[in-house]
Amino acid sequence: MADETRAPEAPAASEGHSQRPPSRGPRPGGGPGGPREGGRKYFRRKKVCKFCVEKIENINYKDVRLLAQFVAESGKIVPRRLTGVCTPHQRRLSSAIKIARNIALLPFAGRAM
Amino acid sequence: MNRTYELMFIVRPDMAEEDLDKLISTLETAVSSSGGTMKNVEKMGKRRLAYTVRRFHDGMYILLTVEGSGGLIHELERRLRVTEPVLKFISVRIDEEQKRLDKIKAIRDARKKVSAAPAAAAPAAEGGETTPAAV
Repeated sequence: MADETRAPEAPAASEGHSQRPPSRGPRPGGGPGGPREGGRKYFRRKKVCKFCVEKIENINYKDVRLLAQFVAESGKIVPRRLTGVCTPHQRRLSSAIKIARNIALLPFAGRAM
Repeated sequence: MNRTYELMFIVRPDMAEEDLDKLISTLETAVSSSGGTMKNVEKMGKRRLAYTVRRFHDGMYILLTVEGSGGLIHELERRLRVTEPVLKFISVRIDEEQKRLDKIKAIRDARKKVSAAPAAAAPAAEGGETTPAAV
């Protein structure tokens, strides 16, 4: 989008930047591999659900080490578009995290934020 | 009637060991008098709390696995609520979850058994069986 506005200006700015359109190429091509995760425009590399892959069925509120991987430093539950967890596992995970928070195994709000 | 519950509670860290045992045995008598069974008692030890509870930073965690009716858990929770050294408690019903886990385990074991059986028919059977079982 920004490129489109620059393109008409380039000939005016001279220097012979007639190669403008090809330079737009890398941008969409770099979508899948280039941008960091976090809901960028194009699809990101296939993130798999950790529980489906490792076949962990028992998501217990007691194993804090497992649950803490899906909790941000602020104590918030990380959304599944960032962790790649599938929906049924994310539901069980978040209810386990909520139970763990109630029994003081995980904090409600961390020190950051 | 036989619902299985997990009751986890936190006791203040400066509580004496024998008082703790007395508390657990009181709960045990309450369980057996209501017709339930105490399946397991686990003292998870002193742990740092994730947040300050009643001005304490550490606590002794105890986990009880109880089999009984809903009324029994109600009674146990009432007792824990009035016990002064108990800081927090939570009870979770686990029989449905256990049923689900056992079912998955059974499916997985059945699948493994088929693959361990004579090699000829096994690969074909394995390929057909994995699809419905995959979550």
